[in-house]
Amino acid sequence: MKAYLGIDVGSVSTNIAVRDEAGEIIAGLYLRTQGRPVETIQAGLRELQQILPPEVEICAVGATGSGRYLAGVIVGADVVKNEITAHAVAASYYLPDVKTILEIGGQDSKIIIIRDGIVTDFAMNTVCAAGTGSFLDQQASRLGIPITQFGALALQSTTPVRIAGRCTVFAESDMIHKQQMGHTLKDIVNGLCEALVRNYLNNVGKGKELLAPVVFQGGVAANAGIKAAFERALNMEITVSPHHDIIGAIGAALLAKEELEIIKKPTRFKGFTITDLAYRTSSFECDGCPNACEIAEIYEEDRVIGRWGARCPRWDIVEESND
Amino acid sequence: MRKVSFPHMGESYRAFQMVLTDLGNEVVVPPRPSRRTLNLGVQHSPEFACFPLKIVMGTYLEVLDMGAELLVTSGGVGPCRAGLYAELHKKTLRDLGYPVDIIVFEPPRLHPFNFISNVKRLNQARLSIKAIVECVKRGWRKVQALDNVEKMSHLIRPEEIQKGATTKVYKKVLPWIDGAYTIDEIVAAEAAALEEMKKIPRDPERLILDLGIIGEIYVLLEPASNLEIEEVLGNLGVRVERSMFLTGWTRDNTWKETTEGMTVKDAAQPYLPELIGGHGRDSIGNTIIYAKRGFDGVIQLAPFTCIPEIVARTILTRVSHDYNIPVLTFFLDEQTGKAGMVTRLEAFVDLMRMKKIQAANEKPA
Repeated sequence: MKAYLGIDVGSVSTNIAVRDEAGEIIAGLYLRTQGRPVETIQAGLRELQQILPPEVEICAVGATGSGRYLAGVIVGADVVKNEITAHAVAASYYLPDVKTILEIGGQDSKIIIIRDGIVTDFAMNTVCAAGTGSFLDQQASRLGIPITQFGALALQSTTPVRIAGRCTVFAESDMIHKQQMGHTLKDIVNGLCEALVRNYLNNVGKGKELLAPVVFQGGVAANAGIKAAFERALNMEITVSPHHDIIGAIGAALLAKEELEIIKKPTRFKGFTITDLAYRTSSFECDGCPNACEIAEIYEEDRVIGRWGARCPRWDIVEESND
Repeated sequence: MRKVSFPHMGESYRAFQMVLTDLGNEVVVPPRPSRRTLNLGVQHSPEFACFPLKIVMGTYLEVLDMGAELLVTSGGVGPCRAGLYAELHKKTLRDLGYPVDIIVFEPPRLHPFNFISNVKRLNQARLSIKAIVECVKRGWRKVQALDNVEKMSHLIRPEEIQKGATTKVYKKVLPWIDGAYTIDEIVAAEAAALEEMKKIPRDPERLILDLGIIGEIYVLLEPASNLEIEEVLGNLGVRVERSMFLTGWTRDNTWKETTEGMTVKDAAQPYLPELIGGHGRDSIGNTIIYAKRGFDGVIQLAPFTCIPEIVARTILTRVSHDYNIPVLTFFLDEQTGKAGMVTRLEAFVDLMRMKKIQAANEKPA
C-alpha cells in the first residue's frame, strides 16, 4: 500500500502523519518536542513503525515547521516547506472553499487569508507568546487544571470577567487580581480565552478581512473555550478542521506527494533504519570574518549532513548529486 | 594627517574613501557591521532608539578604536529621529571619553552654507574649487557604478543555474571598480564588471517573480542590517528591485527633485499628502508605482519602532487592497536568527507564485 509521510517539527510539538493514496490518515502522532527535535523525530518514527501495517510503503516525505530543515536532512525529505503553505494546503484539502484560517500553535500563531483557493495574505505573530498555546499551558498548570479540561471549564462561565490580553505579564497579574477578588475559576478561565482571542484579532488579524468559512487549527483548536470566544468575537461559525493538531504534517505529506508526481523521481526517504543511527549536533563560532556566525551542524554517525547559521557559502555542504 | 571615518552603508564606502582621501584626509574604512558592531552599539545606545542608530554607534566605536578622530555623516529631512542622531552620537561618544568631532551634511538644496563650510573643513589638501568639483564628480560616478553593478546582481541571481554564482562574481568585480580612479577608468571598470556578470550561466525558462523593496533607507542599503534579504530572495527565484539607492536618494536631496521623486510623491498624494519624515511617503508612493508596473509583490523593511514606517504600514494595508498587490512588512531589530524571516519569505514567495500562475491561467479564457 502506497503512503505519504509528513513531519511537522514545531517549537512545542512534533507531529507526524501518514496518509494513504485515498487520503485516509492511517497514522497520526502528536509528540512534545521538549527541546530535543532530533530525538523526538527518531522516537516518532520508531513508534510509527510499530503502528503502521507492514505492507505500507512510504512513497514521499515532506517536512515543515520551524525545524523543517533539520527534519528534512534526518529523514531524507522530498519537500521542505514553510508551515504557512503547509497549513493552507491541508485546510483547503478538507474544506475547499475556506476563506480564513486561524491557527494557534505552541509558540506562534498565524492567520492565513485564502481567496479562490490560493493564499492571498498571511500574518504571523512576531512579538511575543501572548496568545499562544504555551501561555495557556502555563496558566493551566498554575491553576492546577489539566489543559485538556481548560476549554470545557471556560464554557461553564456565566459572568464575563475581563482579563488584559496584550502581554502575558499583564494577563497573569490581572488573573491573580481577579482570583483574589473572589471571581470563580470558570469565569477567569473564560476571561483568559476572550483576552487571547482579542489579542489575536488585534495583533495577528490586524487589517485583514475575515470572511466565512473560517477554519480553526493548530494545537489550541482543541480548546473549546477559545473556539467559542472566536465565534462570539467574529459572530461567525468556526469549523475546527479534522486532525487539527497534526494538520501541518498532513499538509507536508500532501505537498510531498504533489512534488514527486511532478518531478517523477523516487523518494529520498532514508527508511525507518534511521531510528537506529546516532545523530549528534554541535556548534561553533566561525572565525572567517568579524561577523563570527554561530554555525550549527548535525552529524549522522560520522558524517555531517546539515549545517546552518552561516551568512556566506563558506560552510555549505556540497551535495552529492544523484543526476 | 587627521583620520576620518563614516558610517558603513553597503558598498558605498569605496567611493567615500576615494573622495575623502583626495581631499587630503587619512581614511579609516569602516568594517562591515558584524555581531561585534551590534553588541557595541546596543551596549552604548538608548534602549528605545532605532536599529540604525545602534549599528552606526557600534561602527563609530569600532572606527574610533582604529584611530578615527573625525566622523562624517548625513542629517535627516523632516520629523524623523535620525535628524538628531549625529548630536546624540557625539554626546555619547564624548561621554565615553573619545574627543571626537562629527561633520553633518544636511541636504545642500535646503542648507547650502552648511554644505560649503563642511566641504571646507574636510578639504585638508587645500584643493581649488574646480579640483573639489572634479573630485566629487568622480566619487559620484563611482557610487553610480557600484549601484549599477548591484542592480545587475539582483537581475541575474534569480536565474542563475549554479546557486551562489552571482554572489561570487559580484564579490570578484567589486574590487575592479574600487581600483578605478579617473572617470574613464571608472566607466571602463563598470562596463567590464557588468559584462562579467552577464556571463553567469542562466536559466531563462524559470518563472521569475518581480518584487519591490521599500522602507527606511539604512536598513534598505546595509545588507548586514536586513539579514541579506535581497540575496535570500534572489535564491528563492525573485527578481528584486530596491526602491532606493544611494544615488537615487542623494540626487533627490542634493540638486533637484528627480522626475522619479515627483512621481512617488504624486502617487502617494491620495493616501498621504504630508511629509511624515523618514521615508514613509516614499514607501507608499513606491508601492503604488510597483503595482502599476505589474510587480508581483512588495516587501517593506523598517527598523523596529520607526514611526514613519509604522504610519506607512497602516496605510499600505489599504494600498495593498486597492491595487491588489501583496505587501509583507518586516520590522528589523537586533535579532540575528534568520529562521522567522525565511519562513515568512518562503510563504510570501509561494503566495506570489500561486497568484501569478492563477492569473496566467485565467487570462486565455
